[in-house]
Amino acid sequence: MTPFNGIPREVEQDLEHLNVTPSRREFLRNAGMFAVTLSAVGAAGTFVPEAKAQAADPSATAGPYPDPDFRQVDSWIVIHQDDTATFYVGKTDCGQGTGTAFRQIMSDELDFPYDKTTCIMGSTDITVDQGGSGGSTAMERDSWPMRRVAAEARRVLLDMASTKLDVPVERLSVSDGVITVPGDASKRVTYGQLIGGKRFNVAVTGKNINVIAGVAAVKPVQALKNVGQSPRRYDIPAKVDGSLKWAVDVKLPGMVHARNVKPPFAGAKLISIDESSVRDMPGFVKVVSKGNYVAVVCEREEQAINAAKRLKANWEKPATAPFPSSEDLFKYMRGATPTSVSNPIVVGNPDAAFASAAKIIEADYDIPYQGHTAFSPAHALADPSNGLMTIYSNDMKSYGMRTGVATFLGMPRDKVRVIWMEGPQGFGRTAADDAGFEAAYIAKEIGRPVRIQWMRDEESAWDTKAPAFAVKARGGLDAAGNLVAYEYHARAADHNHVGYNEPDTVLIAQLMGARRDKPASGSSEVPAEMYAIPNRRMSRDVVSLPLVWESPVRTGNLRDPNGPQSTFAAESFIDELAFAAKADPVEFRMKLLTASTTEDTGFKRARSIAVVKAAAEAYGWDPRPSPKPVASGNIVTGRGFAYAYRGQTIAAQVAEVEVNRTTGHVWVKRLVCAHDCGLIINPEALRHTVECAMLHSLSRALHEEVQFNTEKVTSVDWVSHPSLRHADCPARIDVVLLNGDPNPNRPDLAPYGGGETACKPLMAAVANAIHDATGVRLRRVPFRDARVLAALNAARA
Amino acid sequence: MSNITLKVNGSTHTLDVEPGTPLLYILRNDLGLQGPRFGCGLGQCGACTVIINGSAIRSCITPVSSVKAEITTLEAIAKGGKLHLLQQAWIDEQVPQCGFCQNGQIMTAKALLDKIPNPSDVQIREAMNGVLCRCMTFYRVQAAIKRGAKAISDARQSEKTKVTA
Repeated sequence: MTPFNGIPREVEQDLEHLNVTPSRREFLRNAGMFAVTLSAVGAAGTFVPEAKAQAADPSATAGPYPDPDFRQVDSWIVIHQDDTATFYVGKTDCGQGTGTAFRQIMSDELDFPYDKTTCIMGSTDITVDQGGSGGSTAMERDSWPMRRVAAEARRVLLDMASTKLDVPVERLSVSDGVITVPGDASKRVTYGQLIGGKRFNVAVTGKNINVIAGVAAVKPVQALKNVGQSPRRYDIPAKVDGSLKWAVDVKLPGMVHARNVKPPFAGAKLISIDESSVRDMPGFVKVVSKGNYVAVVCEREEQAINAAKRLKANWEKPATAPFPSSEDLFKYMRGATPTSVSNPIVVGNPDAAFASAAKIIEADYDIPYQGHTAFSPAHALADPSNGLMTIYSNDMKSYGMRTGVATFLGMPRDKVRVIWMEGPQGFGRTAADDAGFEAAYIAKEIGRPVRIQWMRDEESAWDTKAPAFAVKARGGLDAAGNLVAYEYHARAADHNHVGYNEPDTVLIAQLMGARRDKPASGSSEVPAEMYAIPNRRMSRDVVSLPLVWESPVRTGNLRDPNGPQSTFAAESFIDELAFAAKADPVEFRMKLLTASTTEDTGFKRARSIAVVKAAAEAYGWDPRPSPKPVASGNIVTGRGFAYAYRGQTIAAQVAEVEVNRTTGHVWVKRLVCAHDCGLIINPEALRHTVECAMLHSLSRALHEEVQFNTEKVTSVDWVSHPSLRHADCPARIDVVLLNGDPNPNRPDLAPYGGGETACKPLMAAVANAIHDATGVRLRRVPFRDARVLAALNAARA
Repeated sequence: MSNITLKVNGSTHTLDVEPGTPLLYILRNDLGLQGPRFGCGLGQCGACTVIINGSAIRSCITPVSSVKAEITTLEAIAKGGKLHLLQQAWIDEQVPQCGFCQNGQIMTAKALLDKIPNPSDVQIREAMNGVLCRCMTFYRVQAAIKRGAKAISDARQSEKTKVTA
């Protein structure tokens, strides 16, 4: 089978032979390379449902899993005698190829052959804590300490070679892990010969992991050889031949299976459980219950599934409805009193500008709750052997899970570890967090390894959602069609936004009764563009649904949190203004971008202009106002444009659609994205990430909506919560990667985030294309056939 | 419980299990296979796909007792240590992101190409439409199917040429 030299094989060895991880820990321990750790127990103000007084004693916390010390080179890089190297990084790769990119960038700084490296990530006891994945930080933030440590390791190796070869460092040359002396062929030494299997014992300094540095400087961008190439992702072969061991595949001796029994109604209270309803079922082990949390444990997986279905329990419905129905959501949101309000951003004098505007345009936009709905429902396996806790999980923030579970169970952090393994997509705060805590809780209760997995209906109904948005936009044009006044107000239903692996907000904790005094305020978002509008006011606030805790409609970060919602409204509205001004949508935007010359340090204006131009050019955009003259025939076509930035990454997109006027069906037949994320590490992996990010938003644009009645979520599977399908896939996708920095060849060119920005403009690009094709403006997501048809019919009437 | 005999990837197994148990759990938990995976348990996503009698079958809704013919899983489509040409096409197109759905994509595509060696775009979209992907790798899946179809057809052609020569 395919040789697989990545993380999971290492984890597999760990599982099967139980020697790799301990030896790695031994390696670090003997070097004194674990940081002094503080027990998570008893952290002030934190809910600790299972805390035991004796466990809170820090002297009792000499567990086997202390934190690897991020200030030691050995915590990051091991060079072996056979002239191979292993990189240990505090990240997780959710399928975008970040592991491959880390190898590229570290190989470059180390001057080591890429092919001779492997990368281990995400296991909390053997890798430093960089927080796992999130926020598209892999390259932008987290590649820097990797680079600097690798550069420092190279410097140390050159020093060692200088001593060994008795030649000054200045006279040494290094390439692919081999140090030579130009002009003296007799002198040569490899990294493996210098340090293979031994420790560097070299510290770097810095107050936190993101800023650590040694003596050596990183290379100028021009000297990087692997960076900018596209080696194939190392994780793919094992995903194709079936040999990869995933978190769902781990099996341990004595392991049992658990399934949750969720409240049948949102906000329901558990009155009683009739355990006799399942006690005689084959393989029954136990019903585990506390507060409103209920799970059934059986010896075999299908037994647990059947028992969870069969278990009889009495639940009391809440006295008041937990939420309005999803049909009434936006009316409810617009009428609700905000739970938090952010200070508005005001430029110029918008009120006066509106008062003198020649034409005023107004529009409301509605974006419903949309879920992660991970392809594989949440899962985890927890092993409570020897008074320790090991959790096998695909959670993209394994480090946070380790700390959170330790607090939740009242265990010292250094007795808890999370072994990260591959799983379904990790686009933010998924229910993988919840499953990890549940497995650990049940495992501790029954003293056996427990594997839990949510069922499809649980995942779709109860995972964390991206908040619904209700947006109001207003624009004022002068007599010449210039945008002189702009107002944007975004309201998000995001009160009590759930964080990552929080011991008091994971679902099991909420169901057991955990309550924060002050729920997280949540957030809304205003547009992210570089338009120069002389007078503008942008404001945002957050509202709450009636049920705050234990709700299936709970919000959490979903890929580019709030970006697709906010940008759908903002970039749809810019098109509405262009329409009112009878201007070409790209020219209208370009005029707004070039109306100012103020810049930020990342040249976001220059880069926005370059990206907008590149997208229009790649598509072959012919300037004209939208909509097209009304075409006859059943199938009509149109094109739409949208642009946004996220952090320092810019994306502009064109969608070309076909709309069936009889059925309302929309097919996006072509997509173009121009994308600037600064320095590109692996162009092919980035291109793929951009493609998939666009299609993720296309799925949200065309299909996705979490629906609910006044009792429960009714989107519970792939029929009631549809997702993009093969038939929806565009016939052509063009991704243009560029760098519009005024000096794209500068030696310190920085990499910015690549995972999320392309999610942002897409929904608006599609809505704008539908308008171009039909003259009908859709202001409510998703554009399912029935909604589009109704809008077309309304326009015909 | 009762004894059930299954032929999987060339080996025969006799197991004492509940006859109504979905095939998926037997393959994963009793036979240790990890190609087919749980995605929905409803036959809606394709993660659990295996090939039986040349058809792509959803093992999560197939009672183990109903299976009379040999079952092929993702692990067994490579032969003699060499990847199936479709798998190679998958690597060449760098298809997966997280990869969790790819068992269903590859096995459904294989069943398609075994029946229709050179499918049209429409046939590909139709045959694959029930296989979901939440990383949204559809574009590359479709490219890989076309690449794989060509590679398989080229290989057949060169086999024929060899025989003739």
